[in-house]
Amino acid sequence: MKIVTCIKQTFDTEAKITIENGKVSDQGVNLIVNPYDEFAVEESIRLKEKNGGEVVVVSVGNDKTQEALRYCLAMGADRAVLIQDPALENGDNHSAAVALAKLLADMEYDLIFCGKEAVDDGAAQVPSRLAEKLDLPQANVITSFELGDGQATVTREIDGGTETLEVQLPAVFSAQKGLNEVRYPSLPGIMKAKRKELKVVSLADLGLSAEDVAPKAELVQAELPPPRKAGRVLKGEVEEVVAELVKLLQEEAKVI
Amino acid sequence: MSIVVFAEQRGGTLRKITYEVVSEGKRLAAAAGDSLKVLLAGSDVAGLAEELKKFGADEIAVANDAALADYTTDAYAAVLAAYIQQENPGLVLLGHSAIGKDLAPRVAARLDAGLVSDCIDVKFADGDYAFVHPIYAGKAIATYKVNSAVKMATLRPNVFPVEENAGAGSVVDFSTEIPAPRTKVLEVKQQGGDRPELTEADIICSGGRGLGNPDGFQLIEQLADILGAAVGSSRAAVDAGWRDHQFQVGQTGKVVSPNLYIACGISGAIQHLAGMGSSKCIIGINKDPEANIFNVADYGIEGDLYKVVPALIEKLKEVKG
Ligand SMILES: Cc1cc2nc3c(=O)[nH]c(=O)nc-3n(C[C@H](O)[C@H](O)[C@H](O)COP(=O)(O)OP(=O)(O)OC[C@H]3O[C@@H](n4cnc5c(N)ncnc54)[C@H](O)[C@@H]3O)c2cc1C
Ligand SMILES: Nc1ncnc2c1ncn2[C@@H]1O[C@H](COP(=O)(O)O)[C@@H](O)[C@H]1O
Repeated sequence: MKIVTCIKQTFDTEAKITIENGKVSDQGVNLIVNPYDEFAVEESIRLKEKNGGEVVVVSVGNDKTQEALRYCLAMGADRAVLIQDPALENGDNHSAAVALAKLLADMEYDLIFCGKEAVDDGAAQVPSRLAEKLDLPQANVITSFELGDGQATVTREIDGGTETLEVQLPAVFSAQKGLNEVRYPSLPGIMKAKRKELKVVSLADLGLSAEDVAPKAELVQAELPPPRKAGRVLKGEVEEVVAELVKLLQEEAKVI
Repeated sequence: MSIVVFAEQRGGTLRKITYEVVSEGKRLAAAAGDSLKVLLAGSDVAGLAEELKKFGADEIAVANDAALADYTTDAYAAVLAAYIQQENPGLVLLGHSAIGKDLAPRVAARLDAGLVSDCIDVKFADGDYAFVHPIYAGKAIATYKVNSAVKMATLRPNVFPVEENAGAGSVVDFSTEIPAPRTKVLEVKQQGGDRPELTEADIICSGGRGLGNPDGFQLIEQLADILGAAVGSSRAAVDAGWRDHQFQVGQTGKVVSPNLYIACGISGAIQHLAGMGSSKCIIGINKDPEANIFNVADYGIEGDLYKVVPALIEKLKEVKG
């Protein structure tokens, strides 16, 4: 069983955002593996532990991304490939999907796992774009995965409920919280990860040009949202406070 | 040029998000001097075209096919992509719903189109669109330009106002070859009973760890019943097993923007705020005067929720008759 898992390195969810020259600054920010991608890595490793095979973690990123990939190797992935190129630095979801698809076109795989969404761009695009470029079926936002013969049965979140799908393999799956409990790397895992293969490839290595990955969506500017004003804290006897609140909701906020 | 809107329906009923997206499509079409075309896909959905006519589309294309009874990526992507190829629009809009999130990037990749997900605003100026999308879970707001011929966007639910408009509203059939889907829907489970869905709800009552035990949610449900609200939850309450994950609001849960969000026994962690910070009015009920929820709440009540919420329920019963 060969599994490829796509991971993105993102800011820690606690990170405070600052803007510099219309762009989000990464100064002093703690970087992590996108939380949903951890579910993807965990599921991949569990499947390998059960069925044998190999887990390859892949990412489009920069020098710092090696750390995120090493973390996944320490969790138990077997090897890693980093796609790194100056032409990808201002890339969008299209750019990442094109680069990943080209890398995967020359690899063997039975399953591809992603996270359901990156917590930085909140796009939820790369898994479906990748599936399309590879002409594979997709199942997004899955909370359970069961491997069958040439197919998998998954549960995915839909609006207001869940759906159970049977998916022909190979296919692309994107992981949602609930899929599994993510392990922490063990000390031996961390030691072993240092010796595992982490290959860095450029666009040229993949046979792609800068034009092939030129972004379709370009950031014009980022800004901080207008701060939410702290409102009024109502004080007094419960009955009075509640009466005041209901009046405010009706007359001032006009929401009930 | 035209603007194409994908009309989402489920079980033969148009989703609320559809009205929002069609309304925004009409506003943009008017600003850009474009025509508005709506694609309605499904099985036995022709009757819904009547309903859509109220929103000012120039044309409503109906793809009515038994193969579209269940939503599958393969079948729906084939239909939407073929319609876009036929119409060659400048802009394509979908809702940022479960279906929109699954379908839009698939079709965008097929057409090599740029797509901005989860927009809270789309502006048209100087002949081009600017797409506004919250990033870092709402901690920053980004504006994008798209440089492909067909530009695509998904719109956040509950943000764009619904507006009826006059329009030709001519209804045409649309058909294309639908491939056999490589996924099969075995079962669909709807949860939450009669309550509105979190992302569509006008009012949400949420409970957190401060409820102290799973039964505490009964109180939140009573409050929600009176207000016709949805019930949400913090992650702490989900992790404790008091509530299913699909009801979690926040960075790793649902992003919601109701008119009114009532947070009961929720501290207001940054990841929770990421999911509900764009609510129009926020109420925080918390016994800790230092709780962070009070930094974002329009109205805060400092006190024990087990005293405040029952009193609030009584008062609401009184005024709502
Ligand atoms: C990667 C990551 C993602 C996350 N994603 C999410 C997410 O999507 N959504 C989310 O919610 N959290 C998320 N979290 C968790 C978040 O950091 C908080 O731990 C969580 O929101 C806390 O939930 P809470 O407010 O219910 O609990 P607490 O922080 O424990 O707050 C409980 C509050 O209840 C009050 N209280 C107690 N008893 C009473 C009473 N009787 N009456 C009134 N008030 C009372 C207390 O004063 C306290 O303020 C995430 C964390 C991480 C690291
Ligand atoms: N640069 C990247 N490298 C590898 N995988 C990525 C990258 N960007 C996104 N992904 C994958 O696609 C998922 C969704 O990301 P996004 O479409 O950016 O919201 C992530 O959880 C990853 O699994």
